[in-house]
Amino acid sequence: MCLFQSVMNYLPKEVLEHVFDFLTSHHDRNAVSLVCESWYGVERFSREKVFIGNCYAVNPERLIDRFPRLRSLTLKGKPHFADFNLVPDGWGGHVYPWIEAMAKSGINLEELRLKRMVVSDESLELLAKSFPNFKSLVLVSCEGFTTDGLAAIASNCRLLRELDLQENEVDDRKGQWLSCFPESCTSLVSLNFACLKGEVNVAALERLVARCPNLRSLRLNHTVPVEVLQKILVRAPQLSDLGTGTFTHDPDSETYVKLKNAMKNCRSIRSLSGFLDVNGRCLPAIYPICTSLTSLNLSYAPGIFSNELIKLICHCKKIERLWILDTIGDKGLGVVANTCKELQELRVFPSDLYGVGNTAVTEEGLVAISAGCPKLNSILYFCQQMTNAALITVAKNCPNFIRFRLCTLNPIVPDAATNQPLDEGFGAIVQSCKRLTRLSVSGLLTDQLFLYIGMYAEQLEMLSIAFAGDSDKGMLYVLNGCKKLKKLEIRDSPFGNMALLSDMGKYETMRSLWMSSCEVTLGACKTLAEKMPRLNVEIINENEAGEDKASCDDRHRVEKMYLYRTLAGPRTDAPDFVWTL
Amino acid sequence: MDCDLNLKATELRLGLPGTTDAISPPKNNKRSSPDSDSAPPPPKAQIVGWPPVRSYRKNNLAEAESGSFVKVSMDGAPYLRKIDLKVYNCYLELLEGLEKMFKLTIGEYSEREGYKGSEYAPAYEDKDGDLMLVGDVPWEMFKSSCKRLRIMKASDARGLGCAV
Repeated sequence: MCLFQSVMNYLPKEVLEHVFDFLTSHHDRNAVSLVCESWYGVERFSREKVFIGNCYAVNPERLIDRFPRLRSLTLKGKPHFADFNLVPDGWGGHVYPWIEAMAKSGINLEELRLKRMVVSDESLELLAKSFPNFKSLVLVSCEGFTTDGLAAIASNCRLLRELDLQENEVDDRKGQWLSCFPESCTSLVSLNFACLKGEVNVAALERLVARCPNLRSLRLNHTVPVEVLQKILVRAPQLSDLGTGTFTHDPDSETYVKLKNAMKNCRSIRSLSGFLDVNGRCLPAIYPICTSLTSLNLSYAPGIFSNELIKLICHCKKIERLWILDTIGDKGLGVVANTCKELQELRVFPSDLYGVGNTAVTEEGLVAISAGCPKLNSILYFCQQMTNAALITVAKNCPNFIRFRLCTLNPIVPDAATNQPLDEGFGAIVQSCKRLTRLSVSGLLTDQLFLYIGMYAEQLEMLSIAFAGDSDKGMLYVLNGCKKLKKLEIRDSPFGNMALLSDMGKYETMRSLWMSSCEVTLGACKTLAEKMPRLNVEIINENEAGEDKASCDDRHRVEKMYLYRTLAGPRTDAPDFVWTL
Repeated sequence: MDCDLNLKATELRLGLPGTTDAISPPKNNKRSSPDSDSAPPPPKAQIVGWPPVRSYRKNNLAEAESGSFVKVSMDGAPYLRKIDLKVYNCYLELLEGLEKMFKLTIGEYSEREGYKGSEYAPAYEDKDGDLMLVGDVPWEMFKSSCKRLRIMKASDARGLGCAV
């Protein structure tokens, strides 16, 4: 043992703890806790922030036992494909047991961040009443609660700093939840209720904003009219993140002039979103703040025409993050490429989900962006068509992609120019982008692409596959090649038992695997479940809930399978249609 | 046999609905089963969960775009009504519906004279907040820009071009 190591062993716990204080990422803390028993012990008593990527991977009791000083918890529930209606209602992901366990154990919870979980009003009430120092609630893509639950949070959390509701399905009970913030509440820093459907008490809102001098982030819902927005901006010129409500007004009116002036006074706004229901002619009101914007989200504003978008973009030279609809067109993306030299993340969403519109973007827009924006590292791009040549060019222009998600509106569309599969294009991306951690592919794709992914995507952690591949070989290339793979989700692809069972140990190194409409059979899933007791292998069977499970033929293809590593054993809250093998 | 059953009309092809060219992939091993020949998946509108857009976003976009229920007020009436514009296929149907709902006559539209000879004139508020006479623009354009309907007394509607 070298001198350094022996010195490290005799460092008092307090020193170790102090050193560990500098480690904020949970990856680092996890690594540190594996070094030796002594470090494990020190680390666990000093850890305040815990991240659990799959709420069924571990029990609440185990969490509390290991980290008694827990102050901030992040939990994720349903699998990602639940976003696209592939997971039936009632699957699970309830937060109540976690809140209950922490309340019983006297955990001093200050922060709770949930994604894709079921949050009931009861859990919000319990949360509000159990943790006197509770400061921050962030709910992303959750469901199960109503504005009554929000009222409980507003009424009881004296020290609340952050209430951030992102894209949740919330039942609006027409209550006055916003009025429930007591006059004594002056600590709000961030309030986001953009996803709520119902009206809020605007007088209460204005008073709340007026008495919270530290308010930095405010995102309104579509019921808040422009008149109120203007008044709020006058009261809170220190805002750095603003989500407007509706943005339609007569541009010739006095209110509009007042709004423009109020906007000019908000010199700190760096992030802008909202525009739910917008009149394009009102956009010039925001030009003054565009010059310092770093983040702009117009993806909920289908009413802005391409030329109005372009005029707006021309003012946004410092944009780093841009979320827009494909109404911008290839031409608009060309303008982005020429103007937004600081762009790091771009998301182009489809505007026409049900018809056969001509507003979609093509490979041209993507190539223009890649050529014009050298700092681009993250992209989500829904497009009408793509070519290998374009992807190869993009790969050359942007070797720094960390996240690359491409979605062709027709899931198996071939190269628009050559009619060939898009293997070479995506292959170029994975070969060039050595730091790629997340990839979604689409279009006509064969096993060849997966060979490339297995060979080159060394840092890949998450891969989404749909309607791709020819045989088990495709999936095998990925499982064998991608050493850092954590999440693999596959739908409608011809991967079967051979691929599933070839390296069963691999799944313990991953967070989860989703396979739906593939070729895997019940028998193979049973085999896997039997051999790997530390995996939960769940079969989701909507059509045959309640059917005698013993009579199911092992040769039947499984419609939906979700497996994940877990220390908690089979879950006790699974509904009828979920069968844990 | 094919002609009788018109199988072409219900054939699943890779082309987008309404197009006539069928793009078939060079190789199709997707879910090959011995009985059917390699049938490409249905056009995008029919695949569950495709394109992969969060339901929240889908719902919001749909609402923002369609939002077909609009309030209808009538001058002098104590409360408003709501109608679904999607239900009507043309101005005639809409006006008939309004006439039935409010028990009045609106009369015929003419570009020059508006709704001549009637007690009432149908107006609407568009996206920009302006008050417009119903009937000037093509029906589809009206449907997408109409935010609210207002049945005005013809005497108030003189400025909208109604000859009274």
